[in-house]
Amino acid sequence: MKSRGLFFLLIALIVLSANLAAAQDAVELRIAWYDDGNEGLVLQDLLDRYMADNPNVKVVIDTIPYPDLDKTLQPQVETGNAPDMARVTDVSRYKGYYLDMTPYMGDPEGWAATWPEAIINWMRSDASDTGLYGFMTQATVTGPFINRTLFEQAGVDIPAGDSTWEEWVAAAQQVAEAVSSPDNVVYAVAIDRSGHRVWGPALSMGAKFFERDADGKPIMDDKGNVIFTADSPGFRAAAQMIVDWHTNGLTPAEVWVSAGGQYASGRDLFTNGQLVLFMSGSWQVGALASTIGDLFDWEAIPNPSGEGGSTGMPGGAALMAFKDTDHPEEVTKLMEWLSSAEVHREFVERALFLTYHKTLTEQGVDYQTDLPSAKKSLDVFLAEIPKLSDDAWVLQTARNSFALNIGIRERLTQAITGELTLDEAIERIQQDVDEQRASS
Amino acid sequence: MTTLRETIPDSIEIPRPNPISRLLTAVLGVFDYVFEPLEKRFGFQRMAYIFLLPNMLIFGIFILLPMLLNFYYGFTAGDSILLGNRRFIGTDNIAKLLDCASIFDPSTCNQDRFWRGVGNTGLFVVTEVALIVVFGLITALALNRKIFGRGFFRSVFFYPVLLSPVVVALIWKWLLQQDGLLNAIIIGAGGTRVPFLLDGGWAQFWVIVIGAWAQMGFFTLILLAGLQSIPPDLYEAGQIDGTNPLTSFRFITLPLLMPTMFVVLVLSVIRAVQIFDHVYVLTNGGPGSATLYIVQYIYTTAFQNRNYGLAAAASLLLALVLMILTVFQLRLGRRVDAA
Repeated sequence: MKSRGLFFLLIALIVLSANLAAAQDAVELRIAWYDDGNEGLVLQDLLDRYMADNPNVKVVIDTIPYPDLDKTLQPQVETGNAPDMARVTDVSRYKGYYLDMTPYMGDPEGWAATWPEAIINWMRSDASDTGLYGFMTQATVTGPFINRTLFEQAGVDIPAGDSTWEEWVAAAQQVAEAVSSPDNVVYAVAIDRSGHRVWGPALSMGAKFFERDADGKPIMDDKGNVIFTADSPGFRAAAQMIVDWHTNGLTPAEVWVSAGGQYASGRDLFTNGQLVLFMSGSWQVGALASTIGDLFDWEAIPNPSGEGGSTGMPGGAALMAFKDTDHPEEVTKLMEWLSSAEVHREFVERALFLTYHKTLTEQGVDYQTDLPSAKKSLDVFLAEIPKLSDDAWVLQTARNSFALNIGIRERLTQAITGELTLDEAIERIQQDVDEQRASS
Repeated sequence: MTTLRETIPDSIEIPRPNPISRLLTAVLGVFDYVFEPLEKRFGFQRMAYIFLLPNMLIFGIFILLPMLLNFYYGFTAGDSILLGNRRFIGTDNIAKLLDCASIFDPSTCNQDRFWRGVGNTGLFVVTEVALIVVFGLITALALNRKIFGRGFFRSVFFYPVLLSPVVVALIWKWLLQQDGLLNAIIIGAGGTRVPFLLDGGWAQFWVIVIGAWAQMGFFTLILLAGLQSIPPDLYEAGQIDGTNPLTSFRFITLPLLMPTMFVVLVLSVIRAVQIFDHVYVLTNGGPGSATLYIVQYIYTTAFQNRNYGLAAAASLLLALVLMILTVFQLRLGRRVDAA
């Protein structure tokens, strides 16, 4: 009996001492992450190196499917259980919950100077906020891809870089008609099922989604929401164009019609060689490079022009620190390391991402791919960044623009399926946006 | 204060327990150390509440509390999930949902997608329940007969019930999509692609058929149990009185099966109103809103549009409708039992 008691006491002491040792040594940092391509693997590789150099820190990546990211993150953040860091695309959503890393930084001014002011301000609550909360792991720009091989097979000339949407789609239609067969239907064009993807063409066609005051700032309500308007000739023209693509059979119904209430992409059709023109964005390059490889020639093209010029939509994913963390110093140190020119360069070069990092944009990035299609596409998208319109930045960074994004996606689909006329769809988009603003 | 043990009269002879039951008694005897003091403290009669307490706690935390929270959310606005950050707006959300010139024309309603969801759900409930009851009954009658391979067929019809709705939807999606198996067969036979999931009418048709296919086995089993509980001598007596198969079904099987049919009706209606999972995977409410059902409307309103208040108000209305349906069915059930 006595020996059994001693045995249990010994076990308890071992467990206790092991826990104490672990508690003293390891600081565990958790990152909520999602993957578009191989970036999670690249990050893990970088973190393994960081952990080897900093044995007192353990960094764990919690990978969440992108559609579930905000559903998972919002309750965690609002109930005070946020991860230490998270990769988010809806940066505005969690304003007020981010960790201001300024007090823990070695060189906050240097950090702020590394990123464009619009990006730093996007992460801040208001004009009086001077905090530094995170950095962009990648920059994205929306824009179209073409299947060059199909153009060559059809003997159709590729339109010039400043062509309009009508000219591009007309050429794509010629290609599709020339190469289609009953066994292999090739569609002229597809655009991702997302209001965000429609914004670029709409702005290029002259859409005005908000008014500006005398100082040129977007007019907002008293809650700080931009007052969006759906109905403008430019948006109407873009919306009608997308409806017509469906009516005329130029685009596959799978993307907009059958996706129900969610985002959908035409990427699979493009990688299968069933799509001539695919409107999406720079984040697809890595995935296209790995799935298409050199099976056919593909490349990004500049955003088509129109009355409003030629613009895509900016965007990207940011790695943000949350103020609930128990280890703000360690979080800041890791963020500084990950956003340093050397480490961030390796990250974007291996993941095939664009970047807003000023040093890298000045020095250029040598993407680690042998595929000419991928390299050329990244160069095209890089050249699109300076062309982004001011309105595009407002749409991207306004905290309530998500309602316009979802409204366009859902209501335009109803117009395509005939449930609503285009007039009714535009009225409903306006209603959705106004209701969200009122209820926020 | 009497204990449970003391309530057993001495005249009752307790059989000598075997080793297993003695072991069980010893193990369960541990609970005496917990319950005896409680019994002394609260009395024998109140011990029922102590035994109910764990279940009530689970019910309270996981069902009652969320229901109350949902109730409160329905009267608030804001895009935060924390109650403290939400504004109380009274019945505005419910009024918004009910603001409609004609519920038969959703485009005249303030929340057109809500009413499209209501209409689609109504159509789904009526057609799917009818399919389940009619085909479930036919299948149960066939499986109740002495046919070759009866056990095999009973398993086959029940098999879809064992599958997860997500698996069911993925399998059918593979069959029905534009480049799916069914279209490959049609094209192989010289036909043209059929937009099974891209056309509103077709999508509604398949959602209903797949729902019925996936659940019919369960209800067939209930009906089969009901059929087997009918005494065979009633059919023998009927035969002596000159019944044919049709009249014995009409005057013996159907009346005696009515309570079971009623259970099937109640359960299938409740399940049909709650339809969500397989449709979410198969069509996600599309094309357009052709297969948008009320639960999915609530889901998308809350988690995609971030309008938690409106979604909560819609679920309150759904709960109200379900309560009315349940009361109606309970009353009807009593009448059937009385008859």
